[in-house]
Amino acid sequence: MLRFVVRRLLWAVPMVLIVTFLVYVALRVGTNPLASYLRVNQRASAKKIQQYIETNGLYEGFGGYLRGYFQWLQGFVTFDWPRSIKGSREVWPEFRDAMMNTLRLGLTATGIGILIGLSLGVFVALKPGGLRDTTVNTGAFVAISTPPYVSALILQLVFAVYWNRWFGSSLLPTSGVYPPGNRGFDLFLMIKHMVLPVTVVVIQIVAVYTRYMRASLLEVLNSEYMRTARSKGISERRVLVRHALRNALIPIVTVAAIDIGAILGGLIITERIFSYPGLGDFFLGAYDNGDFPQMMPWMFFFTLVVIFFNLVADVSYAVLDPRIRLGR
Amino acid sequence: MTENVLSLRDFRVTFPTLFGDVQAVRGVDLDVRAGEILGVVGESGSGKSVTFLGVMGLLPKSARISGSATVGDTELVGASSRIMREVRGRRVAMIFQDPLSALNPTHRIGDQIVEMIQAHNKVSTKAAMSRAIELLAEVGIPQPAERARQYPHEFSGGMRQRVMIAMAIANDPEVLIADEPTTALDVTVQAQILEILQRIQSELNAAVVLITHDLGVVARVADRVQGMYAGRVVERGSVESVYDHPSHPYTRGLLQSLPTVGRERLQPIPGAPPNMMDPPSGCAFRVRCPHAIERCADEMPSLLPVGDVESACWRADELSKVVGA
Amino acid sequence: MDADNTSSDAAVGLTAESLSPGRMAFRRFVRHRGALVSSIILGTMILFVILAPFTARYGVNEAVFKTSIENPNQFLSPRGIAWLGTDDIGRDLYSRLIYGLRVSIFIGLAAAFFGTVLGVTIGAIAGLRGGWIDDVLMRVTDLFLAFPFLVTLLVLRSVMSSVSWLEPFVGKPTSIRFVIVLFVLFGWMGVARLMRGQVLALKEREFVEAARALGAGPVRIVVRHLLPNAIGPILVALTFAVSSAIIGEATLGFFGYGPQPGAGSTSLGKLVGGAKGALLPGYWWLVVFPCVLLVLSTLCVNFIGDGLRDATDPKLDGTR
Repeated sequence: MLRFVVRRLLWAVPMVLIVTFLVYVALRVGTNPLASYLRVNQRASAKKIQQYIETNGLYEGFGGYLRGYFQWLQGFVTFDWPRSIKGSREVWPEFRDAMMNTLRLGLTATGIGILIGLSLGVFVALKPGGLRDTTVNTGAFVAISTPPYVSALILQLVFAVYWNRWFGSSLLPTSGVYPPGNRGFDLFLMIKHMVLPVTVVVIQIVAVYTRYMRASLLEVLNSEYMRTARSKGISERRVLVRHALRNALIPIVTVAAIDIGAILGGLIITERIFSYPGLGDFFLGAYDNGDFPQMMPWMFFFTLVVIFFNLVADVSYAVLDPRIRLGR
Repeated sequence: MTENVLSLRDFRVTFPTLFGDVQAVRGVDLDVRAGEILGVVGESGSGKSVTFLGVMGLLPKSARISGSATVGDTELVGASSRIMREVRGRRVAMIFQDPLSALNPTHRIGDQIVEMIQAHNKVSTKAAMSRAIELLAEVGIPQPAERARQYPHEFSGGMRQRVMIAMAIANDPEVLIADEPTTALDVTVQAQILEILQRIQSELNAAVVLITHDLGVVARVADRVQGMYAGRVVERGSVESVYDHPSHPYTRGLLQSLPTVGRERLQPIPGAPPNMMDPPSGCAFRVRCPHAIERCADEMPSLLPVGDVESACWRADELSKVVGA
Repeated sequence: MDADNTSSDAAVGLTAESLSPGRMAFRRFVRHRGALVSSIILGTMILFVILAPFTARYGVNEAVFKTSIENPNQFLSPRGIAWLGTDDIGRDLYSRLIYGLRVSIFIGLAAAFFGTVLGVTIGAIAGLRGGWIDDVLMRVTDLFLAFPFLVTLLVLRSVMSSVSWLEPFVGKPTSIRFVIVLFVLFGWMGVARLMRGQVLALKEREFVEAARALGAGPVRIVVRHLLPNAIGPILVALTFAVSSAIIGEATLGFFGYGPQPGAGSTSLGKLVGGAKGALLPGYWWLVVFPCVLLVLSTLCVNFIGDGLRDATDPKLDGTR
């Protein structure tokens, strides 16, 4: 077991390096940091340009990319991050604040969403084929087919714009973490600002997990060991909890760990619409400016997250399913 | 005559499907006597498994069940879930065909047997576990204490089936229903499992219903045999008399399709089992029967005594006189 | 697969003699009411889109009438001359939706088709050849699929638009061709995984063994034996690829990275993107109608995909 985890961890290191190098090349080609720099500093002298190339490792050719990558990596791990092109600002403080905001939004939404989604999935899987099943299934389908910005637009239209017209003030704010001009920490205001973005993300997560849970539980319910469990004369409740739910949740844990990317994808879009200063907003802002020094840490961080959760998926499956734990 | 521990009267099971109603079991009468081994034989799809799953209430909820099924004095058709729970695992226990999928892959073997014991007895988990280990030893599993801590996938097919048997006999049931218990196993392992079943049966004096398509298995261990075709019982009697004087053309066909020393050619039964959404009128076997007459299409024959056996065939009298097979 | 269904299936004698597989699949599809209704709605939409010159009341960029100070044509709410209202420069939203949907459906179909072809090819190669090709492919697709799709799309997009020698092939970043190529490059991975799984499962089956024993080459085995057996899941994946391409275009369009189909055209993405500006002033029709059309069309495609999945899955006969 321990050997399995260690082996996966050792595998993860070259994976991170290879993937981030590919990302590095893609961003170097795609954003062309030197061009972005020249756009902002149009009157930079040849000497200054040369200096910029060297401090940032913007060498050309495959060997140049490789050298530049390791130069960047060294700076990254020693927290000597290159400054942003636009405004020449420190990247880390902004990145850290954005990460905190995203974590707050993401964890809240994921927690609520998974809880509701799994319960709904169980609720329908126990009575498949009826009106209840059809309603929830159709609802989940509509939610999956609705991109987050569409639900966000509709929610904003109803709870902010038209609420204001009908009742004189809008029910919920549509942007930011605090109203403009607010200083300091205010829990109530923060929650109020989070309601709409969290709702948007929750809708997506609920739809996905309802379907996962329904499918997984139905498969378990149709398996032969459920029949054996019933043939023992134990209570239906015990059959469902001990035999069905437990086994149905095993694949869900794995899927949840792999799915982290999709959840983050929904977050990025949601943050943008609500001008919520999180990682999504950070990335899109950097993308629009072609700001390589801002994008690269972001991509590195996401690669780490994605590979880490892939690892978690593998390990959790091995821990939860005895067939794999002691199998080979 | 000994008492009947399990009796079915006009037992019927119907499945509604997308394409119409499937009449899987169409009026089965059957008695299981205390302490006997009853073999139930038929091709796949003859309704033999469905009958007993229906009795135990283990079919999908969509299945429609009618008629009567009694264990002792307890009626099971339409019984409350409380009554069904008392019967299942305590008075009637089941052994399934494929022990790998019938055992929960994420629970330890010992825990699965403990669950069976505690479902019907108020005992501590510790006491139940030592009883479970005893049971594992009883069905011939070496090092039962260690094996109890393992998972189903760590067992071989034969060992898993022993586990199923150990679980089934945990509460000294009156009836043990074994649904194709040896079909998924090697021939050598089959013999061992049958031996264990026989030994257990004589020790506990439980009745055993042995559902199988293998006439050889029935000949080896059963006392009585029932042949089923298209959801009905077509012939029943003691193993010797049915094997020596089969009076129903279907049973005759089954016996003739068995390899025997001295027989030059096997004679398979022509055709395929009928579509149970729309079974043939009268006797369902008539479309494949070499002896069919007009009456077979008009009236459904019921079980009537012919010599030592009971047979559901209009021409059973004539056929039993012909020395065939 | 549970024994109940197999045994009852066997009991039914649900064999080729009772109903052909095609007919059974059709019946299962029709049983899926969502899929049936969706087919009708989507069929109507496609008819409207094909017949755009007749069904649209105005041209794409035509104003409903000439504007004047006392009689402005901008932001008119839904009324007789403009059923679904007008936009910021007085164009008829209803007509623009028809033209926009036309482009979006085209992008969806083209991206899904080419993406599926690419995915099937790569998946078949990986499945048949195995070895390191297979390992690399699966690792790469794992990570690709794990990243947030908008990020992947945007990075791919910037790389594709920066490499100058690619332009003759992929077109300008604002062209429809560019978006289709982008979605093809992004969309083949799911299908490749699926096809690989199918190939691995079917590879060991007897009929493939038999074909190989008879000396059939790998291409022949794939085309004649594996593809027909995997066609069900591939068709389902293709359908879902259409809806994700439509949503993808709309997402890019919404954030301003989408295609600019030129003077004669528009797309759902542009129309949904236009909703942003209409939100605060409260021009609800510019928000609601494009959003509803986007959701309705993707919902219909998804439902049809679900229906196809049921239709190609005989497991479901026993239930209901």
